[in-house]
Amino acid sequence: MSEQETVVNITVNGQPVEAAPGEWVIAAAERAGVYIPHFCYHPRMNSVGMCRMCIVDIDTGRGPALQPSCMVAVSEGMVVDTTSEQTRKAQDGVLEFLLLNHPLDCPVCDKGGECPLQDQTMAYGPGESRFIEEKRHFEKPIPVNDLVYLDRERCILCDRCTRFADEVAGDPLITFQDRGDQTQVNTFPDLPFSSYFSGNTVQICPVGALTAVPYRFKARPWDLTEVESTFPNPMGDRVVVQASRDQVLRYQGVDSDAVNWGWLTDKDRFSFEAVASELRLRAPLVRGTALGRPDPAGSELVETSWGQALRQAADAIRAAVADKGPQSVAVLGGARLTNEDQYAWARLAKGVIGTDHVDAQLDDGLPADAVLGLPRATVNRACTPGGTVILLAPDPKEEQGTLYLRLRDAIVNRGVQLIELTPRASGLSHLAAFRLHHRPGEAAAVAAALMGGDIEPGPDGDIGGVPADDVAATAAAIANRADKPITVIVGRPSLAESADFTVEAVAELNRFANLLSAGGRPGIAFLPALHRGNVLGALDMGLAPGLLPGRITLADGGPALAETWGSVPSAPGADARGILQAAADGQIDVLILLGADPLGDFPHRELAEAALENAGTIIATDLVLNPSSARAHVVFPAAGFAERGGTHTNLEGRVTCQRQIVTPPGTARADWAIAAELARQLGADFGFGSPEEVWDEITRVAPSHRGLSREAIDASDDGVVVAQSSVAFTASGDTSSVPPIDAYSLRLTSARRMYDRGTLVQHVPSLAGLAPTAVLAVNPYDFDRVGVDSGADVQVISNVGEMAMPVVADPGVPRGTAAFGYNYPDLDVRALVDPEAVVTDLRIQTR
Amino acid sequence: MNAPAPAPADLRIITSRFDVEDGHTLAGYEHTGGYAGLRRALEMAPADVHGEVRTASLLGRGGAGFPAGVKWGFCPPGVWPRYLVVNGDESEPGTYKDRLLMERDPHQLIEGCLIACYALGLSQCFLYVRGEMAHAQERLAAALNEAYEAGYVGRNVLGAEDFSVDITLHWGAGAYIVGEETALIESLEGNRGMPRLKPPYFPASIGLYGKPTIVNNVETLANLPWIISNGGEAFAAMGAESSTGTRVFAVSGHVATPGVFEVPFGTTTFRDIIFDPRYAGGMRLGRTLKTFIPGGASAPWFFEEHLDLPLEKTTVDQAGSMLGSGAIVVMDDTTDVVRACHNVVRFFARESCGKCTPCREGTSWLEKILSRILAGQGRSQDLDLLMDVCDNISPGINWPPRQTTICPLGPSAVSPIASALERFRGEFEAYLPEAEETAVAVTTSAGAMS
Amino acid sequence: MARLNAANLMVAQEIIARYPVPRSALIPLLHLAQEQDGYVTEDAMAHIAELVDVEPAEVMGTCSFYEMLKRAPVGDYMVNICNGISCHLLGSSDLIHHAEATLGVRPGGTTDDGKITLEAVECIAACTEAPCLQVNYRYRNRVTAEAFDELVAELRAGTAGVAAHGNLAKVRQHIGDDRRAGVSPPDGQGEPAWMARNPSDNGAGS
Ligand SMILES: Cc1cc2nc3c(=O)[nH]c(=O)nc-3n(C[C@H](O)[C@H](O)[C@H](O)COP(=O)(O)O)c2cc1C
Ligand code: SF4
Ligand code: FES
Repeated sequence: MSEQETVVNITVNGQPVEAAPGEWVIAAAERAGVYIPHFCYHPRMNSVGMCRMCIVDIDTGRGPALQPSCMVAVSEGMVVDTTSEQTRKAQDGVLEFLLLNHPLDCPVCDKGGECPLQDQTMAYGPGESRFIEEKRHFEKPIPVNDLVYLDRERCILCDRCTRFADEVAGDPLITFQDRGDQTQVNTFPDLPFSSYFSGNTVQICPVGALTAVPYRFKARPWDLTEVESTFPNPMGDRVVVQASRDQVLRYQGVDSDAVNWGWLTDKDRFSFEAVASELRLRAPLVRGTALGRPDPAGSELVETSWGQALRQAADAIRAAVADKGPQSVAVLGGARLTNEDQYAWARLAKGVIGTDHVDAQLDDGLPADAVLGLPRATVNRACTPGGTVILLAPDPKEEQGTLYLRLRDAIVNRGVQLIELTPRASGLSHLAAFRLHHRPGEAAAVAAALMGGDIEPGPDGDIGGVPADDVAATAAAIANRADKPITVIVGRPSLAESADFTVEAVAELNRFANLLSAGGRPGIAFLPALHRGNVLGALDMGLAPGLLPGRITLADGGPALAETWGSVPSAPGADARGILQAAADGQIDVLILLGADPLGDFPHRELAEAALENAGTIIATDLVLNPSSARAHVVFPAAGFAERGGTHTNLEGRVTCQRQIVTPPGTARADWAIAAELARQLGADFGFGSPEEVWDEITRVAPSHRGLSREAIDASDDGVVVAQSSVAFTASGDTSSVPPIDAYSLRLTSARRMYDRGTLVQHVPSLAGLAPTAVLAVNPYDFDRVGVDSGADVQVISNVGEMAMPVVADPGVPRGTAAFGYNYPDLDVRALVDPEAVVTDLRIQTR
Repeated sequence: MNAPAPAPADLRIITSRFDVEDGHTLAGYEHTGGYAGLRRALEMAPADVHGEVRTASLLGRGGAGFPAGVKWGFCPPGVWPRYLVVNGDESEPGTYKDRLLMERDPHQLIEGCLIACYALGLSQCFLYVRGEMAHAQERLAAALNEAYEAGYVGRNVLGAEDFSVDITLHWGAGAYIVGEETALIESLEGNRGMPRLKPPYFPASIGLYGKPTIVNNVETLANLPWIISNGGEAFAAMGAESSTGTRVFAVSGHVATPGVFEVPFGTTTFRDIIFDPRYAGGMRLGRTLKTFIPGGASAPWFFEEHLDLPLEKTTVDQAGSMLGSGAIVVMDDTTDVVRACHNVVRFFARESCGKCTPCREGTSWLEKILSRILAGQGRSQDLDLLMDVCDNISPGINWPPRQTTICPLGPSAVSPIASALERFRGEFEAYLPEAEETAVAVTTSAGAMS
Repeated sequence: MARLNAANLMVAQEIIARYPVPRSALIPLLHLAQEQDGYVTEDAMAHIAELVDVEPAEVMGTCSFYEMLKRAPVGDYMVNICNGISCHLLGSSDLIHHAEATLGVRPGGTTDDGKITLEAVECIAACTEAPCLQVNYRYRNRVTAEAFDELVAELRAGTAGVAAHGNLAKVRQHIGDDRRAGVSPPDGQGEPAWMARNPSDNGAGS
């Protein structure tokens, strides 16, 4: 509210308060330090005035009258009294009413100790109950889905969970049912509250009616210690991490104005179970015999000492460098680490070893210059009232849950117009002003047309599969709103097509950037929606070929950095694909995997396979073994989230703090320490004793981060956005052509789902069950072409492979396209994707 | 306008066709002067039609008694479309008039709707009929089908190139609260019938689908054809200063000839309508009057001393009750007021929408206490408890009631208790076990429980 | 037969077409489902959810708010005895007790032969005709114990001339396409044409 220029002067309990126009009395009072008890009011949702607890004396000139402060907007000269006799009487009355039918089973209630109703009762409540009648009864806790239980006897009908489901998440799957004092919250029979965001209802429930299955009976609030931190996802959701007896027990969203508004996805909220997974690595591993004796030729991985493991790793690196030069060492991954971890590894690879074969992305992201070389947007900019958002990315609902919630709010409540420039419908389609669902690989043509380029429509009056009229209408709508910010959310809409297409589309959208920003208009900016936790930190810290820490290229930043680092690589190295190719060709003697799993994640599985086969020594750091690190020769156990401090960078370039609250399992260490140790073995002393010291060095050597102190970051709830960048966007203007598609084929588009069979989800018991079964989605109209019924099993054939899967009708998939979820080991779509081709066409055969 | 005609005391404006055999058919309606008002209206400028209604100072007949002409003026200029929603949800205990108006003279209501739409530029009308009124629904459906065919409703009303409006018949499914205008709108939008937050205080500013919406009671609209045919002044000339025209009252309970009577508004007294042989004809079987509810279950009770008050809004308001929905429920000396009181409280407890804590929990608590008292399990402190719970629902227990709730339903449950307990406390005490002895005395003296 | 059948689906479409926003048709559609099956089945609710494009849970939320909409089978005849204040004063409690005794069920219950469901309901707007009741929402006024027994006999014999539960109005509104003015969507048109009329022009009024 601070940026409001005009203020409304009111008086709260005698003290003058400056409020913002339209602000609710309850909010204004709260800011002035006067807490008004309430249950249904929630600052991130519309007021419903149901609980009536916030009733206070409000005088707007006609004498004091009891009014619910969550529904009355401040007005000049208003006098508010939250302590008057009749206020107290009314509030006590409401509290008594709420308690009439409440079971008062606090001792066995998860909420006990952190329950607003309990607190209110202690603070104001009447002692003896005057209610001697029979209480209302409901069947005790019922599951509303696999993660959340509902106890309707404890419910006080505040409408928070139901409002959240409807207004915020857009999943009105729990509603009020029946009437009067029989009213209850419930789902439709046998239709569970299947929302990616259901856990938020547990957090905002003001009583213990909604409880989270993974947390039920785990701990009492007073046993919990907590720290504020940042969840390692690209949004950088602010969270409170709570632990007891050195065990992480719960994540709660923090209401950060700039980022997640207190919301979390269930996937992230309940991932705390992964921290304590019994599969966590507790000690370094090296090759050894079945008897557990270390032996380089051994077939097993056996535990060993840090000294031994570090020596082996260092020896391998030294030998490789001596033998074939630094270029024979390569580093993959690191996108889930902290900025400090990433910096340390970057310095080890580029400064000590001297290789630039470093890539945090596994060919499933975007080239660094497309992220660092474009004007960067913030989430709040994208959500500016009346603005325009162009979605050139995978479905935010599936990949960036809290960004989806912010965008949904912006569209529904702030008049933001959404334009989908995607190969298929997203979770926001029904709210989109324009749905430009293009043929896979043809986004650039549509983008060009949108920006005024005259593109020759195809045979059936379409541009890239989108009706030319729609494109024209959209272009007009963009022009109409050009006085408001235009924000492009850019990611990899499909892993079954070349990243070049996205980059070209970005180039087209950016072509008239300065035209759009002419005359002081906000113009166009980009919000990179990349997949892995701290991938944006990785780019900032130089974990990419040709880059150095601080958003600067090897060429530009090399000389300066060499002064601190001693040396930097002479020439740009290869990206993930290049590295794996080189490894497959036997040119990589040491392959370092930083929590990376090429076998699982790299789009071209065979290449990853060959690379691991022919790489000399494989060194890995990870939390748990994955298919790739299981093939390593040396494995270092790494400390994970909540086990080490550091900083995180989100998709806006916002740097926030992560804090430690539990000790890592066994002898696991933070990656920055592992990197520093290895460096020492190789004769370089980084002199790092703590993540703070690493950060200090970053702020000294990384141009974009220069002078950005930890204090400054800590000082602000929302962290600090790093805007400056000296990397240029260097997309070749020419668009690569897309091969025509024949009448019998469907063109494949493939993106991740929220719940996949990926490592994280599979180490969270509460989530593992939620992964949907893989299906091929096809437009209903294409079914006659396919010649089967929805749900039937078919044989899907591409030019590189084939597999059997069920096919279902999905109007969200445009005609001529087939959509398939990525990341399903049981049905690995990569078997169909031709790594050499720019797009993949499928034929469907009935079996 | 035509000079105000002196109105005969027995003039009936809106119930005139109740005893016309085929008054509900188009034919019957037409040959008794039907649709003349609409014709007349279409010859006037919309603003002038509105003007006539202002002049008539027609008070809303749904309960709140707000002047229709004034409310119509609340539509924000330049915001379109605007809707008309007819409140035919009549469910206030004791209220019985809108159903008759819909069953016996559906075209009069339809004509009233069209006049309102024309005057204010309301481009679609929704006729919300209470769900339980199957007969009214089919009478209105039949009338609408006729009227559409005959060109009175729908495209180009009466051939007017520029005036087209649809009237959509809608019906509820059993919920008293839906009579509250914002709940009515919620219900019409397909939602649970829960009242909306105020402000905005009138749907006229933000109503159906967030657009300006006029909500009027059936009886209110039924007056429009007469007002436009005869002029607002003629209407204003009838009845009292601020309660003009005629008004329909249902007199029920312990009277000799219960019935629905249209009487001059504001001039007739309670004594007239309860005791006059032309109307309710006095108490049944020579009993004496104990108390009566002047305006529907929500209204505080009246007694002997109020009989000579005129049926006039301000007078009755000042006397501490309301004419509300024109429902006069008469109780004679045989009445067990505790049961009567419980009956009314139970109604509100059953009909609470459940949104506001004090209403949802408070009304059902009151009901539980009363039924416990009736079951002979009352405690001496229960009577004070009743009053204190009332006070927590409606602070101060004043009239008009102060609310801690969104709508007046919750506070309405306070009226019967406050009235009955104040006047007949002895009858309540008589139900308290430990008070048996005194009870006999008290009750006999109060003449109850005989 | 739980989803709306073909015939009723057409009725449903006609009803929906009368509203600017499909969801507004929810209650009439629920009545239609009840008319078809005697009560509102879950399948019908799911079907209606599809028709007006909302979640089944939302349909359930609305459906469960309203007393007339039954979510479990009831008798062929709902006999609703008014227990409002006016009827109460004229002996509705006695009538209810009589009904309980003769039907052998308490309010809310259904007779063994599945014919009659008894309910004690709030005021049904026939206060001057107390005590009164409704059979499937058709009125019976000033009902004595004898009259009640006759009614029950007729209902059992099927000679009462009352349609089975779920049927309300015998006449449905129908708007011919040639007469339809057209729904008025909230995000629609500006000021209606006729508002431009002025006094002098004594209009297109026939
Ligand atoms: C609890 C409650 C129930 C109501 N029930 C009805 C009703 O059944 N019929 C009605 O016309 N007005 C009813 N009203 C009044 C309406 O809210 C609204 O004031 C009225 O329909 C406006 O029409 P009028 O101005 O023509 O009277 C009710 C109000 C409340 C608070
Ligand atoms: S007062 Fe009662 S009926 Fe009115 S809105 Fe509140 S809960 Fe609903
Ligand atoms: S917080 Fe205001 S009514 Fe609940």
